[in-house]
Amino acid sequence: MIRIRDLERSWREFRIEDVNLAIDRGEYFVILGPTGSGKTLLLELIAGFYLPDGGKIWIDGVNVTDLAPEERGVGFVYQDYALFPHLTVRENIEFGQRVKKLPEEEIERSALEMMELLGIEDLKDRYPDTLSGGERQKTAIARALILKPDLLLMDEPFSALDLRTKQRMQDELKKIHRESGVTMVHVTHDQTEAMVMADRIGVMMEGRIVQVGGVREVFNKPLNEKIAEFLGVENILEGIISEVDDGLSIIDIGGIEISALTDLEVGSRVNAFLRPEEITISKVSQKTSARNNIEAKIEKIMNLGAVVRIELDSGLVALTSRRSAEELGLDRGAEVYASFKATAVHVLEK
Amino acid sequence: MPSNPLNLIKKPKGGTLFLLFTAMGLVLVLFITITLLDMFYRQTEDLPALFSAARDPVVLTAIGVSIAATTCSTLIAFTFGVPLAYLLARRNFPGKSLVEGIIDIPMMIPHVVAGIALYGVLMRSGVIGAPFDMLGVTLVDAFSGIVLAMLFMSLPYLVDTAREGFRSVDERLENVSRSLGASPWQTFRRVSFPLAFSSIYNGCILAWARGISEFSAVLIVAYFPRSAPILIYERFTSYGLSSSRPIAILFVVICLVLFTLLRLPEWRRKR
Repeated sequence: MIRIRDLERSWREFRIEDVNLAIDRGEYFVILGPTGSGKTLLLELIAGFYLPDGGKIWIDGVNVTDLAPEERGVGFVYQDYALFPHLTVRENIEFGQRVKKLPEEEIERSALEMMELLGIEDLKDRYPDTLSGGERQKTAIARALILKPDLLLMDEPFSALDLRTKQRMQDELKKIHRESGVTMVHVTHDQTEAMVMADRIGVMMEGRIVQVGGVREVFNKPLNEKIAEFLGVENILEGIISEVDDGLSIIDIGGIEISALTDLEVGSRVNAFLRPEEITISKVSQKTSARNNIEAKIEKIMNLGAVVRIELDSGLVALTSRRSAEELGLDRGAEVYASFKATAVHVLEK
Repeated sequence: MPSNPLNLIKKPKGGTLFLLFTAMGLVLVLFITITLLDMFYRQTEDLPALFSAARDPVVLTAIGVSIAATTCSTLIAFTFGVPLAYLLARRNFPGKSLVEGIIDIPMMIPHVVAGIALYGVLMRSGVIGAPFDMLGVTLVDAFSGIVLAMLFMSLPYLVDTAREGFRSVDERLENVSRSLGASPWQTFRRVSFPLAFSSIYNGCILAWARGISEFSAVLIVAYFPRSAPILIYERFTSYGLSSSRPIAILFVVICLVLFTLLRLPEWRRKR
C-alpha cells in the first residue's frame, strides 16, 4: 500500500532522514515516538503537504512523491481535527464531494449515511465551536472517510479527548477500520494507545524509524536501550551471562542472578529489559525453575490511580493493581518477593 | 429590577490599573469628541448656512466625487491587494521584507510628498501618464487622478489588514482542504478567503475611510474635479470658517453614516 524509501526532509533545526517503511493494504499502522521525533512531519510528507528533500513515496504502486495533496487520494485527520469553523458539521462532511462537483442527490445521501454511521446526524446543523472533542473527531473522520480514501492518516487523533471519550472512540475507530477496510496510519506518543490500536508499530525517534514490528515484538523486544526507555521498559539491567543451561541463561546483575532465554555465550555483557507490569509482587516466595524470584524491600510506593508503582531496593520497578497492593498490605519498607518469568526478560548484547 | 440590567460580563476587579488606563483612554476619546462636537455646536448658531450647503449642487457634487473616487480606489485596492496579501501571508521569497516595506511607504511619507511624486508619474509626460495620454486619457486634474492618489495613500491599510487576516487562518485548514480534493484555487475560494473575510472587509473600510479623507495628494494631482476636502479648503482660504464649516459638517455626517452602514454587517456578525 505505502512504500517509503530513503525519505528525508529538513524543517528549521529539525531533520527527518533515512525513513524506510512499508505498510500493507488494510493495515492499522501506528507510528509511535516521543514529542518532536518528526511523526507529524512524516505524516504530512505522505499526505503531500510538504515535498521531501530526498527519497520516494509510493501509494498503491504509484510514485506520489511530487504529486499535489489533492491528487493522492489520502484522507487526513489532524490532532485538533482542523474542522472548517465557518461550515456546519454537514457542510464540513460534504466539503470534499462539493469540490469534486458530485451530483447534489449523491452528496446529500452519502453525507447522511456517513453521519448515521458515526452517530452524528443530530449535529448536522451545528458549527464546530459548539461540539465536544469526541463529536469533532467523528466529524473529522466522517469528512475524510466520505471520499472513500485508500489511506487515512491521523495525527494524534485521541490527544484532545478525555479518558472515557478516548476509550470509546478507540473502540469506534477500530470498528470503522474493520468495516471500511481502509488502511490507517496513526501517529501517537502514547504507548498504551499504540498497543490498543495497532496491527503493527513503527517506532520513530530523532527523525528516524528505528524499529518496526508487531505490537508484542516491539514492546517485548525493543532493539536498543533508547527504544526500551521510551517504550516504558523501566527495568534495564546491565549484567554478564554467568551460566548457560539447556537454553536458559543465568545473568549476573550486580550480585543478583536472574534467568532469561538467550542464545548468547557465557561471559557476554548484556542489557536485560523487563517491563514493570511483568513483575508480580508477593509476600511469599514463588520459586520455580523458569521463574525468577528476588527478595527485596520496598523503597518507594507511588499511587497512580488504578495501579501502584513500586520501587524495590534491588533497583527493580514493578507495577501492580492498587487493589492487590492493598490486599497484600504493601507499604514502604515491607519485605516482598518480586517474581517474573524468564521469558519476560528480553536480552540484548551490549 | 435585575442586578445586571445591561447583561454585562462581570470580571474580577483590576484595581487601580484599569482605573488609570480608563482615565488615560478617556483623554483620547474626549479629544476627538470635543473637537467634533465643538464644530457641530458652533454651527447651531447658523443653521440656515448648513441647510443651504446641503442644497448646494457644487457641495453635493464635491461630496459625490469624493465618495465615488474612494469607492473606485477601494475596489482597485481590493482586486490587486487581496492576492498580494495572500502571497505575503503564505509564501516566503527573496525580497519579501522589501515588498512589505514598499507597500507601507505611503503610510510613512508626508502626503504632500506623495502628491508631488504622483504628479511626476501621472502628468502627461510621466511614466504612467504618457501611455495613458497616447490613449487620450488624462490622469492629472481628472477623476482618475483622484482615484489614483487615493489608491496610493490607502493601499497599505488594505494589504496589511488582509495579510494579517490570511495569517490568522490556520494553514492546516488549507492542508485538509487539499487532502479533500480541493485545488489551490478552490481552497482559496472556499476556505482561506471566507475565513479571512472579516479582516479583508475591515481593510476595505479602512482603505475607503483613508481615501475619502485624503487631501494633500489629491490637491496636487487633481484639484479638479473638486472633491469635498478640496472644496472645504478652497472655501476656507477664500471666505473663512463660516463658509467652510457647514460643508465640513455635512461631509463628516455623510461619512459617519456611510461608515456606520459599512460596519453594520461586522457588528451583526459579532453579536
